[in-house]
Amino acid sequence: MQRSIILPVATRFLMPLMLVFSIFLLLRGHNEVGGGFVGGLVAASALMLYAISTSPSALWRLLPLDPRFIAAIGLLISLFSGFISMFYEKPFMTNMWIEAPLPVLGKIGTPTLFDLGVYILVVGVVVWILLEFAEDE
Amino acid sequence: MTALSITILTGFLIAILAPFLTRLMKHRAAFVLALYPLAVVIQLLALQPDTLTAPSIQFPWVPSMGLWMTFTLDGLGFLIAMLIAGIGTLVILYGGEYLRDDPYLERFFLWVIIFMASMLGVVTSGNALVLFVFWELTSISSFFLIGYKFEYESARAAAWQALLVTGAGGLAMLAGFVLLGQITGSFEINQWMQNSNLVQESALAPAAFILILLGAMTKSAQFPFHFWLPNAMEAPTPVSAYLHSATMVKAGVYLLARLFPVLGGLALWNQVVPWVGLLTLVGGALLALGQTDLKKLLAYTTVSSLGGMVFLLGLGTPLAVKSAMLFLLTHALYKGTLFLVAGGVDHSAGSRDIRKLGKLAKLMPFTALAAGLAALSMAGIPPLIGFISKEYVYESTYYYSNLPFILTGLAVLANVANVAVAGWVGIRPFWQQPEQKDEDLHPHKESLWLWIPPLVLAITGLFMGVFSQGTAQTWVAAATSAVLQEMSKVKLSLWHGITPMLLLSVLTLMIGVVVYLASRTLIPRLAAFWNKLSSVGPNIFYSRSMRAFLSVAGWQTKILQSGYLRYYIITILVTTVTLAVVTLATRYDSLPNPQWTQPRFYDVIFIVIIIVSAILVTRAESRLATITLLGAIGFSIAILFLLYSAPDLAMVQFAVETLTVVLFVLVIYQLPKYTKSNYPIHANVLHIIVSAAGGIMMVVLMLLTSAVPSNSTLAPYFMESSLPLAKGHNVVNVILVDFRGLDTLGEITVLMIAAIGVFALLGLKKGSKRGGNG
Repeated sequence: MQRSIILPVATRFLMPLMLVFSIFLLLRGHNEVGGGFVGGLVAASALMLYAISTSPSALWRLLPLDPRFIAAIGLLISLFSGFISMFYEKPFMTNMWIEAPLPVLGKIGTPTLFDLGVYILVVGVVVWILLEFAEDE
Repeated sequence: MTALSITILTGFLIAILAPFLTRLMKHRAAFVLALYPLAVVIQLLALQPDTLTAPSIQFPWVPSMGLWMTFTLDGLGFLIAMLIAGIGTLVILYGGEYLRDDPYLERFFLWVIIFMASMLGVVTSGNALVLFVFWELTSISSFFLIGYKFEYESARAAAWQALLVTGAGGLAMLAGFVLLGQITGSFEINQWMQNSNLVQESALAPAAFILILLGAMTKSAQFPFHFWLPNAMEAPTPVSAYLHSATMVKAGVYLLARLFPVLGGLALWNQVVPWVGLLTLVGGALLALGQTDLKKLLAYTTVSSLGGMVFLLGLGTPLAVKSAMLFLLTHALYKGTLFLVAGGVDHSAGSRDIRKLGKLAKLMPFTALAAGLAALSMAGIPPLIGFISKEYVYESTYYYSNLPFILTGLAVLANVANVAVAGWVGIRPFWQQPEQKDEDLHPHKESLWLWIPPLVLAITGLFMGVFSQGTAQTWVAAATSAVLQEMSKVKLSLWHGITPMLLLSVLTLMIGVVVYLASRTLIPRLAAFWNKLSSVGPNIFYSRSMRAFLSVAGWQTKILQSGYLRYYIITILVTTVTLAVVTLATRYDSLPNPQWTQPRFYDVIFIVIIIVSAILVTRAESRLATITLLGAIGFSIAILFLLYSAPDLAMVQFAVETLTVVLFVLVIYQLPKYTKSNYPIHANVLHIIVSAAGGIMMVVLMLLTSAVPSNSTLAPYFMESSLPLAKGHNVVNVILVDFRGLDTLGEITVLMIAAIGVFALLGLKKGSKRGGNG
């Protein structure tokens, strides 16, 4: 099958943009439309776009970790964010915030960490499931 | 106490790190990991409670529901925690050597440390629900440890059996806890003790007692649930020594002792518990005498000993409680040693059959020494602590008001079996000639870390016997005080003068030696007898009910799971519509008038797109057309979300629609040829009716819902408190990650499980791919 040149070239520009956009969504989620879940979906779309335009095995090589581990790490981060408050003798998952907002990132607290976990988990799970369906030609 | 609780809970973290450490350091990781239980031992010794006031600490758990994570340490908890942490240290060192070249050593460390932390959690919990959580964690870690050699069918079956039996018991126990919680209005065990009069007057108390007893009986392998314990010997020997002899199986005994102040006053206690214990005590002893495998011999005598402890607690006299606590300590010391010895013998001689083993003392002098000391303790010979313990047991039965002679006689019978088994396991393999010659066995020398741990345990037993007025006495007294809820004095000494108990000890020993010598004729006969009886035993009952369970599951799956998507959808829609129609019909008079708002012209565009696409989908001639039309519907719905000010929803919908297309692109070449289904006319009519009914019902429900004035206080609450409480403007996201964060945590866990499910269905079939081990 003849490969189209348009998609790979477009992907080269689109994928970084989409990844940046997904992180933007993750970070602004607390105050504006966005959040970890949708951010993760956008990031996963970016990665899958890469898989389609090149090949699933190329995506495997691109990923630093097996998507299974990515998903597991995300789940652990979310779980861990709930435990932080317990070190301050507050109930599980009480929100805690760093007082001064950080540059670029904005206000950071345990919900941000929780959302980051959701983001990573969604990326891992979606990529994992879709790659299971994918087969190299 | 705070420091101790934190150290204990750190165990879970250490367990997660253990595999990485093991990859780095191989079996030498044991020396690092053993520091964890050692740290617990040191902290325990620093706390050492010998009075009734137990230090305790509370972490808030769900304070709004009055739930606190309470940790406390009294004499009872201290005694068992010492055993867990002390023997745990030795078992980790031993396990590192025993499983030295095993490819799955890291899993052993992982689960053994999780078990250790959970078990310490069980005995330090002051809240019944916290106790339950740790209790179930011990069952789960036990499952993985029994199934350690997962390549073997028998190991997997034994792991399942142990999990199902103890898990079912755990659930019964939870139900019992809930009943007690209803009666007293609290889940703090402290509160239960203070309100024990409330419990005893309550009509629910017998039910609570029986349910909790079921939990204790399954965990501590009491008849008729004893069968899982001998089967659990499939686990590697360090695991058997630790979980299935010294600690986990004592959890049931612990539970009974812990709740003795709450439930001990019930008439049922004295009517049921002693008999359960007695049956197990005698049954286990008789079953043991028909075995030839070292571990099976030890397993059945463990069952018997656990029965003994339950029996003594059931009698409930101060003397019996003292004996139970002392026996618990003693048994852990000598049985732990003997299991570790059995592992060492198996490791070096390659067999666990007592008929084939013999004359090993020359090759394994230190193991032989440890075995000898432990065997003497088990047989109840002075100056080992086992002697004092057995005297106490006889004293408890001898001075019990009902049936002293029968009870004492049965106790002697069980101890006779102990003497014989002690000889068969601890003396015979080392000093006697083997009964059968096996040319395949080439015993080699003992390894350092396979004899040090058992020897340390054995010497502790000797030390505690000789200096019985020291540590042992203090510990047992503290534990007894905690159970009886009054300060108790315990005097331990080797010599009481010539008492009936001493004469009974001598008698036990004499008969025991006769039985020991008669092994050649006795074992095959008893084995044959038990074999005949096994067709009516509880093990058979277990496998029958498992088979019945599976066939019912298969039958209902065949009926409910047709495998055709259309049948599932028809079932779901028809059920929903029926339920909704029935509900609406019965409340017809109180229904509000549906509100109708005029759609804007741009709404109409997307509504028309949706309707037209939906109709076209049913006429589509190819997959590509179907997917495109479904995509049109999805995107139009997303736009409608956007128009009705739900941008978050719309965004997710867009992303999901995109990914659906991606998924389709990935699988399109693998799908079978598209065939348009030609249903007979009546099927088509049915489909149309069902889908129309479903659609109309949704419309009606939506209109009715929007017509009901919203009385909910939730929406205004979330709107108002989003910024001050959670510091976020986006209410939707704040609800997701903060107010209802726990729900989200549950949902993402489900997502993870779903992915594992997809992986199991697709990935394993295709064989491993580039990722992971492949």
